Amino acid sequence: MSQEIQADADLRAADIEAVIVPFRGRNGMLIPLLQKMQERFGYVPPESIGPIAKALDVFPVEIYGILTFYAQFCLEPRGRHTIRVCQGTACYIMGGKDLLDHVQGKLGIQVEQTTPDRRFTLERVACLGCCGMAPVVMVDNDFYGRCTPAKMDEVLELYK
Amino acid sequence: MAALSSHRILICVGTSGVAAGAEKVAAAFQSELERRGLLEKFDIVRTGDRGLFRDVLVDVITPELGRVVYEFIQPEHVAEIVEEHLVHGRPVEKRRAGQDYEAFFKNQTRIVLANCGEIDPEHIEDYRRVGGYQALRKAMDMTPQAVIEEVHKAGLRGRGGAGFSTGQKWRFCREAKGDLKYVICNADEGDPGAFMDRSLLEGDPHAVIEGMIIAGYAIGAREGVIYCRAEYPLAVRRLTLAIEQARREGCLGSNILGCGFDFDVSIMQGAGAFVCGEETALIASIEGRRGTPRVKPPFPAHQGLWGQPTLINNVETFGNIPPILRRGWEWFAAIGTERSRGTKVFALAGQVRNAGLVEVPMGMTLRELIFGAGGGMSKRRIGLKGVQLGGPSGGCVPESLLDTPIDYESITGTGAIMGSGGLIIMDERTCMVDVARYFLSFTVAESCGQCTPCRVGLKRMHEALEEITAGHGTPEHIAFLQEMGETIKSTALCGLGQTAANPVLTTLRYFRHEYDAHVHDKECPAHACKALRHFEVIESACTKCGRCFKACPANAIEWKKGQAARIDLERCTRCQTCYGACDFMAIR
Repeated sequence: MSQEIQADADLRAADIEAVIVPFRGRNGMLIPLLQKMQERFGYVPPESIGPIAKALDVFPVEIYGILTFYAQFCLEPRGRHTIRVCQGTACYIMGGKDLLDHVQGKLGIQVEQTTPDRRFTLERVACLGCCGMAPVVMVDNDFYGRCTPAKMDEVLELYK
Repeated sequence: MAALSSHRILICVGTSGVAAGAEKVAAAFQSELERRGLLEKFDIVRTGDRGLFRDVLVDVITPELGRVVYEFIQPEHVAEIVEEHLVHGRPVEKRRAGQDYEAFFKNQTRIVLANCGEIDPEHIEDYRRVGGYQALRKAMDMTPQAVIEEVHKAGLRGRGGAGFSTGQKWRFCREAKGDLKYVICNADEGDPGAFMDRSLLEGDPHAVIEGMIIAGYAIGAREGVIYCRAEYPLAVRRLTLAIEQARREGCLGSNILGCGFDFDVSIMQGAGAFVCGEETALIASIEGRRGTPRVKPPFPAHQGLWGQPTLINNVETFGNIPPILRRGWEWFAAIGTERSRGTKVFALAGQVRNAGLVEVPMGMTLRELIFGAGGGMSKRRIGLKGVQLGGPSGGCVPESLLDTPIDYESITGTGAIMGSGGLIIMDERTCMVDVARYFLSFTVAESCGQCTPCRVGLKRMHEALEEITAGHGTPEHIAFLQEMGETIKSTALCGLGQTAANPVLTTLRYFRHEYDAHVHDKECPAHACKALRHFEVIESACTKCGRCFKACPANAIEWKKGQAARIDLERCTRCQTCYGACDFMAIR
């Protein structure tokens, strides 16, 4: 069993290394590299910080500084689906706040959290640029306009 | 060339169009044309969004019937359009665009958005067909100084918010000492409620790139960076494609158009930080650091990216450059007002009939904009209370000031700012205190935390607003908001902090009575603040149907058959469910 875990870890380390290689030693490439890392794993694995620090010759604390500053980065595994409830001005005025409250209540999680079954990660977003169809919710890459709590319940059922 | 066929079907496939189902409509056209063997004859052109953000627009262009616009198109309508219009030459009248569409476009002057929704943004040939890259050709035949002079005389001012003279900025960069210079396109559009940059990048990416190349030539730069929000995947994809095509055609790269000028552009994706729209923070972010602003001077024109002279302009500003060069500064300077020339794109949203991107000449009044292109209020019987201009850095302007002309100075005079051009229409149902609270919650979350006024001051102001909207407000809270707002305005380090109090200060100025009502009468005049809502049944309107009783999740409604309902305020959680359940407006 422990051998299997070791093998998994090795495989993962190799994956992490593969993401890093094209960026090694390049100035100003920290953010694009972290973006690639997140694209590969769905989040930035904490064990990748050490190798990245070595490859770009920066301190790990600088990397944590970046990861916690920018909203895009996530240090934990995410849900299978991401719900983004728009809280842009138009959506907010058209009922986006009540909608977000509803989704939070229904899933039993707050913004930036993931359901225990890893089905959904909930996020708020400042504007999806579809203000004409406010309030708007985006699940993964699908947009849903003129949402109501009832419509939201139906939409969420589409994602397992 | 396929893209030049005289039989075209235009489908708006921008982010907004996709949200309304445009890809499905495009697929339906594809299969329907294939089924009827018409694929050879018609080109299906996937354009960017045209600006009316509500539905799927489809244009059919044929030499016989000219251009016919259809609106609210769904896949199931496609067969009929193909059968009637494409085969028999009879437009489907009931699906044609109506008055709203007409009013929306008739009242605009489109320069920057001219190609959005008209051309295929993924094909450089289509851009060339409408005069694309002619401005670059023209610029290459001029000296860099003459190009700067042209932009300067046109009177173009930065469209990102501050309104600094673009020609002046270019001149500073040209004159700054340094071998390496950079051009940066600020596409980190973060204002909630502003989406013109996204739409322009999706609908006409080549125009922005052409503007950047001309800027590079004018200031003597060899490298350009587009800093684009990661939340705009479609914009990034189309930009990437456009850059590849421009390189292939010799408009980008080394020896551009054979004139011995080298310039290339790369894309950097933002990582979700509103403050990165501030130019020094943006530079820090490109360099791979936390996006925290620094004190200016030195300005980026002297010390920018990697310490070198750097020109930073907004997407819309670059979008203005090719038309200016192509048609001459006199043409541009004739549009707009004495001090604010040209047009401005506004993102019109909120409780307005036609939400979307509207481009109007400077000098038009807010009222003309809202009731012209905007088509008036979304609910005719509910009046306009105010408009919010310029996003979280801007302010709320009351109905009485709607005759203010749109130009940098007049807008600033009201206490709001032109900003990026977000324009949110609010009706009587919107609580201005809550709106101020909303914007502060945004800026509190997005403050970089570097300077105390912004980090602590905004947080304290937000707390005061929370108290007021929760019904615990005191007169001291209002006085505190005023004083703290002014303090932050004069002491914060960067533009974010200096303007973050504007939504509070302007609502205090124009909607003071709403604050007073919250504090003194514990009432929210707009019935929007949950804690201050009191629902009651209006007996004269109640039909005794019992729907509210069945809907109430808190068992707070007493009702028996044949009796009007009554709400137990002790138990009521103010969730609004009964309000929604009642079809007779009997609950208020």
